[in-house]
Amino acid sequence: MTVEIDKAGPKDAPPPAPENIKAIPVRHYGRWVTAVVIIGVLASIVYAFSQGDVNWGAIPDYFFDDRILKGAGMTVWITIASMVLGVVLGILLAVMRLSKNPVSAAIAWGYIWFFRGTPVYVQLLVWFNLGLIFHYINLGPIYQDEWSDFMTPFLAALLGLGLNEAAYMAEICRAGLLAVDEGQTEAAHALGMSHAKTLRRIVLPQAMRVIVPPTGNEFINMLKTTSLLAVVQYGELLRGAQDIAQDSGSTTEMLFLAALWYLILTSVLSVGQYYLERYYARGSSRHLPMTPLQRIRANLFSFSNRSAGGVGTS
Amino acid sequence: MTAMVKAEGVHKSFGAVQVLKGIDLEVAPREVFCLIGPSGSGKSTFLRCINHLEKINSGRLYVDGELVGYRQKGDKLYELRDREVAEKRRDIGMVFQRFNLFPHMTAVENVMEAPVQVKHESKAVARERALKLLDRVGLSDKAGSYPSQLSGGQQQRVAIARALAMEPKLMLFDEPTSALDPELVGDVLDVMRGLAEDGMTMVVVTHEMGFAREVGDSVVFMDDGVVVESGHPREVLTNPRHERTKSFLSKVL
Repeated sequence: MTVEIDKAGPKDAPPPAPENIKAIPVRHYGRWVTAVVIIGVLASIVYAFSQGDVNWGAIPDYFFDDRILKGAGMTVWITIASMVLGVVLGILLAVMRLSKNPVSAAIAWGYIWFFRGTPVYVQLLVWFNLGLIFHYINLGPIYQDEWSDFMTPFLAALLGLGLNEAAYMAEICRAGLLAVDEGQTEAAHALGMSHAKTLRRIVLPQAMRVIVPPTGNEFINMLKTTSLLAVVQYGELLRGAQDIAQDSGSTTEMLFLAALWYLILTSVLSVGQYYLERYYARGSSRHLPMTPLQRIRANLFSFSNRSAGGVGTS
Repeated sequence: MTAMVKAEGVHKSFGAVQVLKGIDLEVAPREVFCLIGPSGSGKSTFLRCINHLEKINSGRLYVDGELVGYRQKGDKLYELRDREVAEKRRDIGMVFQRFNLFPHMTAVENVMEAPVQVKHESKAVARERALKLLDRVGLSDKAGSYPSQLSGGQQQRVAIARALAMEPKLMLFDEPTSALDPELVGDVLDVMRGLAEDGMTMVVVTHEMGFAREVGDSVVFMDDGVVVESGHPREVLTNPRHERTKSFLSKVL
């Protein structure tokens, strides 16, 4: 049975749009209370600091001091150097651990066990103090020197941080290699590609998508860990700030200054990480997410549309 | 005339499970050879043995007159080095059920990869041939697309072009249409039909009985690791002699 509905109004008119619901929204009083409490706590912390005996002026005065700039440069340099060592050695260890050769797999396992199981601070001290048990380094015709000339603060820092990092990078790389579908290796082998070529051309590029995000974290962690390097007499950022503190007497202020510099450096790294992840995501998703710049541009465009009277739907 | 593929008493087991229990068969050059049978019957495993993705446990397997995976000197067998195995695989194309395209490369880069990396062709030459092959499988407009931007049927056709780029003398198809939506199966089968017409030797593991009947020169029905019945598709598919073949065909046809 069908029922004819008598349509009101003229036949050609479009059907009236359904009326929007108008209702009193639920009031979330709890949210208001939480917000007020949090803002109150924050305000009191800010107030406390403003009442402290802080010489705020010292921070901008010394912000671009030579010792700070040099320290920041040294920090960036040792961060990059030890990360490069860590990544290269880490990939090697990951491949060794996955290899069919039981000896290399066991050695990789032992390396990771040792370097991940001891604190990096202790490792740095050990490298620096090896001079107490070795007085002379003799690599035959390649290199011979007094140990104290050989083990410079830079080398101690590089070995201490880089070898420790390799243990973590090995696990990150291993996870990345295991994440690539086995069908990829089979397809490459079926085409006649060798093991090495399959790894380099097919497996590693895909593993990078899994490897890059945690490696970015490692990079940022490494940058902060360099603040331990004072212990091997390496002149990095924190040490520069502390040198100034001793001269000027504004100890806390210089720590604030160092913290600000660390924040700036880690922020720069985060941006780099974002673009690197984007690069390795190619092919894995149909549409790459917009870069922040593109997003700003798109927003500006839609904003000008809206102001021109267009109806924003998205 | 040497057989393109020749199997003599091929056995394969995974641990305690015997998957192939003595396979004897011959594939002539230019033949389209279809392997059918229930899942778990060992047909895919046998296919993977042909290009040594799986090692056989006993018997002999020859491709174009040469032993697969070994070298015989006197009465002793020597395992081939990885490099030698890779060299032999160049002449055998393989198409997988799940395509296995390289997701970080575009369609044309997928097709170029092996000629450039394995045969050391120049990129320009390889790209030109890759574009021709993509045209042949009907995807000339998708050369710059990544696999994730292609449908299953398109991906499988790129995979076929990728295998053809190495100019193989033998093509292995491992259930090439099983992972596809029904309406996309036809395009892939059309490409395979074209290959057969051009005289390519093909070993095809398939559930497409229509394709086996129409294009196949011979059909082998496998069950539980043995060849149950073989012959011309019309006979095997329409007049099966064995009970197991009959009951299998009654389920799939």
